Amino acid sequence: MTTLAPPPTTSAPVNGSPMPRRIGTPLRPRDFGLADVGILVASLFSSFLLVWVVFYQLTLLSGGFGFLVCWYGSFLTLYWTVTSQIIDRRVATDRVFSTLVITGASLVVGIVAFIVGWVTWKGATHVRANFFTKDMSHFSPADPHVLNKIGVAHAIVGTVEQVGIAAAIAIPVAVVTAVFLNEVGGRGTRLVRTVVTAMSGLPSIVAGVFIYSILVETSLSHYAGFLASLALFILILPSVTRTTEEVLRIVPGGLREASLALGASEFRTVWSVVLPTARSGMITASLLGIAIAVGETAPLFFTAFGNNNMNPNPLHGAQQALPLVLLDFVRTPQGALVNLAYATAFILLSLVLILFVLARVLGRPRTKKAVWRARLRSLTQRSKTSEIDLPKNVLMMSATSIQKESP
Amino acid sequence: MTSDDSLSLTRGAAGLVATDVCAWFGGRLVLENVSLGMPRSTVTALIGPSGCGKSTFLRILNRMHELVPGAQLAGSVELDGTDIYAGRLRATDTRRHIGMVFQKPNPFPAMSIYDNVLAGLKFSRIPVADRDALVEMSLSKAGLWNEAKNRLRELGGALSGGQQQRLCIARALAVGPRVLLMDEPCSALDPTSTARIEQTIAEIADDVTVVIVTHNMQQAQRVSDTCAFFLAAENEPGRIIEAGPTDVIFSNPNDARTMDYVHGRFG
Repeated sequence: MTTLAPPPTTSAPVNGSPMPRRIGTPLRPRDFGLADVGILVASLFSSFLLVWVVFYQLTLLSGGFGFLVCWYGSFLTLYWTVTSQIIDRRVATDRVFSTLVITGASLVVGIVAFIVGWVTWKGATHVRANFFTKDMSHFSPADPHVLNKIGVAHAIVGTVEQVGIAAAIAIPVAVVTAVFLNEVGGRGTRLVRTVVTAMSGLPSIVAGVFIYSILVETSLSHYAGFLASLALFILILPSVTRTTEEVLRIVPGGLREASLALGASEFRTVWSVVLPTARSGMITASLLGIAIAVGETAPLFFTAFGNNNMNPNPLHGAQQALPLVLLDFVRTPQGALVNLAYATAFILLSLVLILFVLARVLGRPRTKKAVWRARLRSLTQRSKTSEIDLPKNVLMMSATSIQKESP
Repeated sequence: MTSDDSLSLTRGAAGLVATDVCAWFGGRLVLENVSLGMPRSTVTALIGPSGCGKSTFLRILNRMHELVPGAQLAGSVELDGTDIYAGRLRATDTRRHIGMVFQKPNPFPAMSIYDNVLAGLKFSRIPVADRDALVEMSLSKAGLWNEAKNRLRELGGALSGGQQQRLCIARALAVGPRVLLMDEPCSALDPTSTARIEQTIAEIADDVTVVIVTHNMQQAQRVSDTCAFFLAAENEPGRIIEAGPTDVIFSNPNDARTMDYVHGRFG
């Protein structure tokens, strides 16, 4: 055990006294009692008042966001000062950094929770069964029962097909590219990596215009869901490639060596050892790519184009997609359709959520179930076998090691 | 594929002879004119201070050296009279004949214990008549059967470090190697696990020729029949200073540097 040097502080009632603490109580700076809550609340309150006076009374500033930022900044300053005066500087620094970290994390969680909550609140109540079965072909603004006669089934089919095809092309290409970058290497690696990185900065509308100009404008094809898939493929390829490459990079080199030393070819090593080891990360990478594709709107204008009727054939004719239909709904002056837009947004969000849950389930190691079963079994058998077996084994081992040592 | 390739531990041990082996990394000579015979069914220990080329030499013996970018070599390595670098044998076949166990236990984390043992055969698409028997035989040879027989379907990573290393030995033995190379197999393990692995080495030595790199003088003395002492002077490539029966190397070596090293006076 090392003893800490006393912190450079003038008033140190806690560290200065050699009072022993109760066993089990965490030592400062982790200890957080009633007095600490008091300091926290007092700092929050007094910084609020201080900033209120300065912000709204002494200066001509206005606006809630600016106030919040100033309040937070002065709170941190005040909190550090007060804590360093009452306790000590180490504790104060620890508290301030903890506050910063907690604020950051809560901000992220809060924003996501807010978006999901808002869309669910506004959208879930408007979801009806016919939304999943009907398209927009029977839409007439004058009909009072219009919401029972229309739906977004055509957009759901379109999005699933477009994104599905895009993923079916992009994921294998991305995995092969990542294997080239990380496992094969050699000349060209840097070029490919640069191109992939540059590709990830490609504005999504450019991908749509590109497909439009080489296939539609040249009359090689009409608008079709498949064209949207091509544009989405261009968009998600770099992300999936880079993420997969990162995942392959963290597969320990020792596993490759072990496989090669068993007489496996380099192809078998990648196929049977590297890829299965990276499996869960690769599934996450693919799902992230798919999640990007599901939400893309801009490239669909020039490729899938949009269609009020159900078109299940992705190879022929204009097709609807969830983001497109959402945009259509939001832009109409019809109040009923705006509600439908929220419902559509909710469906879109649910689709992404289902994908993520799927990723988690698929990404689990295949034998995990077996591990749990075995653990359960060993738990139930422990009382019978292990206690008898273990000492015997240990005895045997020590006996052999003694034998080995003796000459 | 001939039938004797299909089941392990039946092909029998083979001798290895390295002649005038030199090795370079990116143009820098790291090993010079190393010649060493490793007779059939014996345990040969390679000893010497760090950076003297023991591991490089070991990796040359099963063509793992050539996987390092910029690595080159000269000389020949003969497995029962067949030069493994002569081109008749493919590198992958060579490595099935000459297996390897590494310093850090490296079971395949995505595979169960059972699949780990069979991995080498699966990789080479060698059919196995009785998988269960082969798994039991390999694990028994590696001294892991009693501990692992009830958890064969668990992931390899669920085992302790020493058990993982024995799993790696079982995995290497399952393909039926004629020589087993071990690169400091116990340096990451506790004394009990080390003792267990040394016992394993003694038990398998009849079936496979063992070549082991070790920094532990007592271990070299305990497990090996012959011993080769490597040394690299500053800015010079590694060479074999002396090789011979282990008891001679440890009790009455010809070279003063060997005497100093085995008695812990440097290195």
